[in-house]
Amino acid sequence: MSVDVNTLLAIVGMALATYLTRIAGLWLLQLANVGGRARSAMDALPPAVLMAVIAPTVLATGLAETIAAAITIVAAFRLPLLVAVATGVASVVVLRQLIG
Amino acid sequence: MGTRTQEFSAGAVAILPVLVATAPIALLFGTLAAAKGLSAFEIWLMSATVYAGALQFVAIDQWADPAPIGLLVFTALVVNVRHILMGASIGRAMTDFSGPARYASMFVLTDEGWAFAERRAREGSLTPAYYFGIGVSMCLVWTSGSLLGAVIGRGLGDPSAYGFNFAFSAVFICILVGFWSNWRTGAVLASSGAVSAMVYLLVPGAWYIIAGAFAGVGTAAALHVQGDDQKPDEHKTDGIMPS
Repeated sequence: MSVDVNTLLAIVGMALATYLTRIAGLWLLQLANVGGRARSAMDALPPAVLMAVIAPTVLATGLAETIAAAITIVAAFRLPLLVAVATGVASVVVLRQLIG
Repeated sequence: MGTRTQEFSAGAVAILPVLVATAPIALLFGTLAAAKGLSAFEIWLMSATVYAGALQFVAIDQWADPAPIGLLVFTALVVNVRHILMGASIGRAMTDFSGPARYASMFVLTDEGWAFAERRAREGSLTPAYYFGIGVSMCLVWTSGSLLGAVIGRGLGDPSAYGFNFAFSAVFICILVGFWSNWRTGAVLASSGAVSAMVYLLVPGAWYIIAGAFAGVGTAAALHVQGDDQKPDEHKTDGIMPS
């Protein structure tokens, strides 16, 4: 079992930095005593972040991914999650073959 | 809401599709990290303590001997800034969590786990047991998968060839559909998506998530109507997201 000191420090540093970003949200939350307009903004946070995470894949990667995303949206309205996800993955594999 | 055990298993079962997609990605991470010269123990340690898939791939890509500590720590902050928003958002739903449970819960915060927790909170209430059912099972798959990859890796091929990388986007799309309530949701999504994609194409790094999120949240604030600050009506989405 080999452990390099530099590697160990890098891993610990990355772990601390990552945990800091994860708990900073809780602190931020305590500052924001929300109501009215701020409440509307906070309510929009989950969908806004979700959309921002997937937008590059859905809109800016390729035609196959964009079409597969559209198929997944339709599937998500009608099918259970696991089936909808499988449909999306299957369609991206097929579309990548077809479109390249 | 059931017993603690029921809630824990409900969380673990809900996240199952993500676990299936995570396993090969974890194997790939272990393989790539081993190829960069990290020992199996170091790889396991990184997965168990850093525990952030996107960052770990970026870090391994930048890895050198000796490890560029400052660069890696800075990269960790930049790549994970999105967690601040996710923590602030899910923190509001953690009314049943004790103080220590909140801090422990943030250790296992991942994009996918967060999305499932948000869905649970929207459907009713989020219990600590459900949250940790998600968090613990994902953590187990990620750490054991990357350790396995480090030890037996090679010749696995690229998971993206099988569409595994798209599975995460597909999961997010399914959860996103459950958040639809009215035209204002559409405006939030349109602005967030457009700004995120634009920043992704123009600015290197992971700033696109923050930029898109702020655009979406800003849109929601701009469209706010007085007296409309109750929870968006839930009944509309009933049945759309079978679990």
